[in-house]
Amino acid sequence: MRTPIAYYLILSGILFAIGTVGVLVRKNALIIFMSVELQLNAVNLTLVAFSRQLGDLNGQVLAFFSMVVAAAEVVVGLAIIVSIFRQRRSVNVDDVSVLRG
Amino acid sequence: MRLIWLVPALPLLGSTALLLLGKRLRPVAGGLASATVGASFVISVMVLLDLLGLEGEDRLYVHQLWDWLAAGSLRVPIELRVDTLSMVMALTVTGVGFLIHVYAMDYMHGDPRYTRFFAYLNLFVFFMLTLVLANNFVLLYLGWEGVGLCSYLLIAFWFERKSAADAGKKAFIVTRIGDTGMLIGILLLFGAVGTLDFDGAFALAGSLPEGTATAIALLLFAGAVGKSAQLPLSNWLPDAMEGPTPVSALIHAATMVTAGVYLVVRAHPIFEASPVALDVVAIVGTVTAVYAATAALGQDDLKRVLAYSTISQLGFMFLAAGVGAYGVAIFHLVSHAFFKALLFLGAGSVMHAMDGEIDVRRLGGLRREMPVTAWTFVIGALALAGLPPLAGFFSKDQVLASAYEGGRIGLWITALVAAGFTAFYIARATLLTFFGEPRHARQPHESPVLMTAPLMALAALSIGGGLLGLSATSGVIARFLGEGFHGAEHAAASDLSELTLGLIATGLSATMLAFGWYVYGSGKVDWTVLREQAGGLHTALARGWFLDDAYSTVVVVPGKALTASLSRAVDQGVIDRSMVGIGHAFAGLARVGRRLQTGFVRSYALLFLLGAVSLLLYLSARFR
Repeated sequence: MRTPIAYYLILSGILFAIGTVGVLVRKNALIIFMSVELQLNAVNLTLVAFSRQLGDLNGQVLAFFSMVVAAAEVVVGLAIIVSIFRQRRSVNVDDVSVLRG
Repeated sequence: MRLIWLVPALPLLGSTALLLLGKRLRPVAGGLASATVGASFVISVMVLLDLLGLEGEDRLYVHQLWDWLAAGSLRVPIELRVDTLSMVMALTVTGVGFLIHVYAMDYMHGDPRYTRFFAYLNLFVFFMLTLVLANNFVLLYLGWEGVGLCSYLLIAFWFERKSAADAGKKAFIVTRIGDTGMLIGILLLFGAVGTLDFDGAFALAGSLPEGTATAIALLLFAGAVGKSAQLPLSNWLPDAMEGPTPVSALIHAATMVTAGVYLVVRAHPIFEASPVALDVVAIVGTVTAVYAATAALGQDDLKRVLAYSTISQLGFMFLAAGVGAYGVAIFHLVSHAFFKALLFLGAGSVMHAMDGEIDVRRLGGLRREMPVTAWTFVIGALALAGLPPLAGFFSKDQVLASAYEGGRIGLWITALVAAGFTAFYIARATLLTFFGEPRHARQPHESPVLMTAPLMALAALSIGGGLLGLSATSGVIARFLGEGFHGAEHAAASDLSELTLGLIATGLSATMLAFGWYVYGSGKVDWTVLREQAGGLHTALARGWFLDDAYSTVVVVPGKALTASLSRAVDQGVIDRSMVGIGHAFAGLARVGRRLQTGFVRSYALLFLLGAVSLLLYLSARFR
């Protein structure tokens, strides 16, 4: 018996909400980053769930794409965070509020 | 005749090379520039020989190069027109131009901008040839403005001197007034006949309504008035003497200033469609001739005497054109180019010998040290005065005769007066410069051969040039130009024969020359005392009958006041303020908008979320 799609969607919604709240309330850039990953994966879960429900592989392919892009994005994002940390000894995003070095 | 394109192309090539490779070509700049113009002259002669092989109406060849403009019904091709009139002009420009180039090689020697001078001079020859060889009004106008530009560049050639820079500006601005009229005239012509091609436009000119023809002709004539320094736009030419003397000889005596006469002659079908316009041409010419001939009397600067003389002689040409004697006008143009270039180059030779001194009050007795310059100058002076058998005798005589035979007795008498003054002022200038006792303390020397050779060549032309037009109807030039250029003359029966007319004019000239000798040459009259006694009259003559002062009071001073008040009230008050106001408005807007940009990443994220949610809500409501 197949698990109803609603379960997946509810789980995905919860994950996305947690991620969103994490991005909004935390100040640590690393935590914000992890929350963004959580949001991405929530969406991936939705894609895979629908793909299975509809019997269409496109959704799963798209999920792979978003994972690859997310990996690349993590590399760039972490590099930025590291260089900010070196510059300011802090990863608090509220400290980085002006476009000056 | 296929080589005609080389005639303007060679000077252009020379000019481009000199402008681009300036420094490297310096040792050969003068030679290169002279060679291109000389080659153009040779090619012109070859083309002329080809043209002479044709007969009568066939003497026309149009060399098509390429299409320049094409818009709607307007088509402007780059076409060179080889006909009798354009060839006479091209030969004059390249021939006299070549001699002046050679002369300038020595005259300008040692000038820090030697190459640039020849680049400009070559460029001028190119534009002048474009002007005379053009086959439509647009190309003619291109050449017209081009020579104006070169005139400006060369008058202001020694721009370190403020007077030279000012004179260049003045020449440009004053001629522009006429040029603007000319441009409007060309546009009107296009509106009326739908083509700017010479043959096409002239074929339809006769059928124009008289009012339109008058308007077009007068507007074209406005351009001629500006370019040829006729009243009321004559005041730039005396100031133009600030330029180097070869420039004065080439541009402000022999060629560019005669472009106005060429225009009237070239466009004579349009002028003939309007008797009023022809009358205006004749009257303006005659009045200018008298005006400038008298003003020349009061000048102490030898070059300014010659400048006023040029204005006056151009007036004679316009008189001839205005009474329909186009061939005579062109004949006088050619012979004037010879003897006036000669006079200017002679004046330049004097300057060369006297370290730039040109004030006749401080010259005198130069014939002993500078025999070649002196005697060639005398030949030029006698040609200008119109003594037989020099070139000026035939041409000026025919101008006067055609005025008389055209039934314009008033104009004839006025022009006679001008001719009398001409003889007197040139006698004064010559005698004060070359004869009598020296009134200077310098050691003058004869100019080098590169300068005297052109003087002698031009003197020969001034003597023999009369052969080109022994008679108004059967002279070489008249026959060469063909029937179309002396149609209207001899219409009225004349009670005096051509011989009698000639005797009257020559007698008057000779008398005035003798009178000039009595006052300035014989030593029996102290002309400095005479000048004191004439006081006010002398001032009036010296200042060109106060033409400049009149412009200053009527135009310049009120104009400056107007612009000053406009600059305060309108420019600073309205335009500047509104610009500054717009700037302030945006600055204010930015102050408000800046608040949105806090720089806090999380507030951006929140806004982003709110935006996404509201977009989703909207879409779900819309596509329910």
